[in-house]
Amino acid sequence: MSITMTERAAEHVRKSLVHRGKGEGLRLGVRTSGCSGKAYVLEFADSIQPDDQVFEHHGVKVIVDQKSLAFLDGTELDYGKEGLNEGFKFTNPNVKGECGCGESFTV
Amino acid sequence: MALLQISEPGQSTAPHLHRLAVGIDLGTTNSLVASVRSGIADTLADGEGRHLLPSVVRYLKGADPVVGDVALAAAADDPLNTIASVKRIMGRGIDDVKTLGGTLPYEFAPGESGMPRICTAAGLYSPVEVSAEILRSLKRRAEASLGGDLSGVVITVPAYFDDSQRQATKDAGRLAGLPVLRLLNEPTAAAVAYGLDRKAEGVFAIYDLGGGTFDISILRLNRGVFEVLATAGDSALGGDDMDHAIADWMLRQAGVGVSGDPHGARRALRDARAAKHVLSQSAQAAVCVTRPDGSVWHGTLARAEFDALVNPIIERTVAPCRRVMRDAAITAADISEVVLVGGSTRMPRVRERAATIFCRTPLTDIDPDRVVAIGAAIQADILIGNKPSDEMLLLDVIPLSLGIEIMGGMVEKIIARNSTIPIAKAQDFTTFKDGQTAMAIHVVQGDRELVSDCRSLARFELRGIPPMVAGAGRIRVTFQIDADGLLSVSAQEQTSGAASSVVVKPSYGLSDAEIERMLRDSIVHAREDNDARNLREQQVDADRVVAALESALAADGDALLSAAERLEIEHKLSLLRSVRDGTDVACIRDGIDTLDRATREFAARRMDAGIRKALSGHRLDEFG
Repeated sequence: MSITMTERAAEHVRKSLVHRGKGEGLRLGVRTSGCSGKAYVLEFADSIQPDDQVFEHHGVKVIVDQKSLAFLDGTELDYGKEGLNEGFKFTNPNVKGECGCGESFTV
Repeated sequence: MALLQISEPGQSTAPHLHRLAVGIDLGTTNSLVASVRSGIADTLADGEGRHLLPSVVRYLKGADPVVGDVALAAAADDPLNTIASVKRIMGRGIDDVKTLGGTLPYEFAPGESGMPRICTAAGLYSPVEVSAEILRSLKRRAEASLGGDLSGVVITVPAYFDDSQRQATKDAGRLAGLPVLRLLNEPTAAAVAYGLDRKAEGVFAIYDLGGGTFDISILRLNRGVFEVLATAGDSALGGDDMDHAIADWMLRQAGVGVSGDPHGARRALRDARAAKHVLSQSAQAAVCVTRPDGSVWHGTLARAEFDALVNPIIERTVAPCRRVMRDAAITAADISEVVLVGGSTRMPRVRERAATIFCRTPLTDIDPDRVVAIGAAIQADILIGNKPSDEMLLLDVIPLSLGIEIMGGMVEKIIARNSTIPIAKAQDFTTFKDGQTAMAIHVVQGDRELVSDCRSLARFELRGIPPMVAGAGRIRVTFQIDADGLLSVSAQEQTSGAASSVVVKPSYGLSDAEIERMLRDSIVHAREDNDARNLREQQVDADRVVAALESALAADGDALLSAAERLEIEHKLSLLRSVRDGTDVACIRDGIDTLDRATREFAARRMDAGIRKALSGHRLDEFG
């Protein structure tokens, strides 16, 4: 079971955490919602729970709870630009279908 | 594939329901838009990486207007259709604009309700429409950068903007299709950008030296609310003046007359600005001037020479700073932080001067061009609900005045609209009738003069006032609004201590549209409201005189007046009664004056009788 993150994404998370002034790392998760069943959760993590799994890439901690990990195993997190817009992108091998914009998905 | 941002813990939104919020600094010279993404607030750039959008709109015949750098480039060739500095005339009437006329090259035509309109090749445009064009451009940039429709926008305005200037700014936002959450004072936005709102309390000086204007504001933070203690400034002082001073020096050094050729002067101005930017980093800058005969002068502008050129301009900021501290009744020692805003504060000399005026090293970490937009973005992010509620800012004001009903169905306003909350204000009222033992307190909301045109919020009674003659009772009515907008009203009779109170939530149940309608009515009906108030005041005065005279006649009429005198007074009394119900204010006033003259002798006799009664039974030496 693993989750990876590109250096560009890690750099951006590190910058955000420094700016925010607190936080253990980045929490990734999956919850049931959205037009295609599941949606990603991307939040700052202020604490690590006992059932969390922690991955470290380029010096940044990625924290995932056990339940979400089943849907995220093998995911790579990247940061990119599309025109003027920029943000984090998920490449998740578990996804069987996505809504048009990719914000929610089915597994 | 969607591009996602990092949320605060527990604040993730459902897909497609991201609450995109931006802050907009709608400036005189330049405008910016900023947003908080993955916890970082920063300004948004256009496709070419430019953050500043020149606040310039050029209207073209038969085509859409252009905004920003493209419009600015055309300003020299097409001055009448290229509108710059429109902020200076926002919310101003046509008469104000005429007095500003010398500085603005446009042709104005009066519009409806005295609002000026600017004549352009594409037709007439109001300042609100021109501003909306700038906002529309920023909106497009923000939507492209954030990948969706905006849910909330905070626009900044100068602290000294009055109601009509603020309303005009809000109208421009609505016209541009922006969901305006709130207007925020520029100095407050700068303080928020530096996180000063997270301190418990403090007094801050915001020194804002831009391209063409200088503003100095003193803010006080108290329990999460910024209050503007005082503002001062100079609407014709800024970096442009420095550019002119340097350009003049360059032309003098090159032996070229300043007024010689306009093209050369414009080029010199551009080079002067470049030299100024270099000197913010380096000790000297290379400059050159091409003379009309084609020969080129090369020179060096050293920091010392540069400082000598710009010093007189920087010194002009000192007097407003001193004045603003005096107006705010503080000294430099009371100021806990100094924030620098505006591109000109990048200059080391300006920073030094600001530090010596306020005896404190100013905050300079955030780009002074962007700091206001960044503060607005942070505020917008909080207001739209992307932060946990314990970080909620309280910067709030009451939308409509609050007051109580007084005799004659009039409103006495106790807390003026736009007051920041929390707030407490008290006013003393008096009894109207002899022996009055109770007072009904009717709490109303609105900016009209008559109770019937305002909204009734609550009624309560103060009982247990000791019997006294009319006007002797002192009832202190206190209005208090806490940080959540909850209003409590209490009334206390000062001699007996009898007290009563009620709690209401004033903004409850009022939509923005209703508040707006009530405000608009108060402006539309200002004159008739004023007339109605004058009439009611005279009627109340007449009632008071009639009641006082009736009780005096009943007590002493027989003893102190002859039958003829009494008949005369009663005749004048009935005259006043008959005009009292009319609508002629002057007639009622005359009636009161006539009765007053007719009863002067009676009043004097009553006073003598009163003194005799008080003195009788006492020996003279008791009063020695």
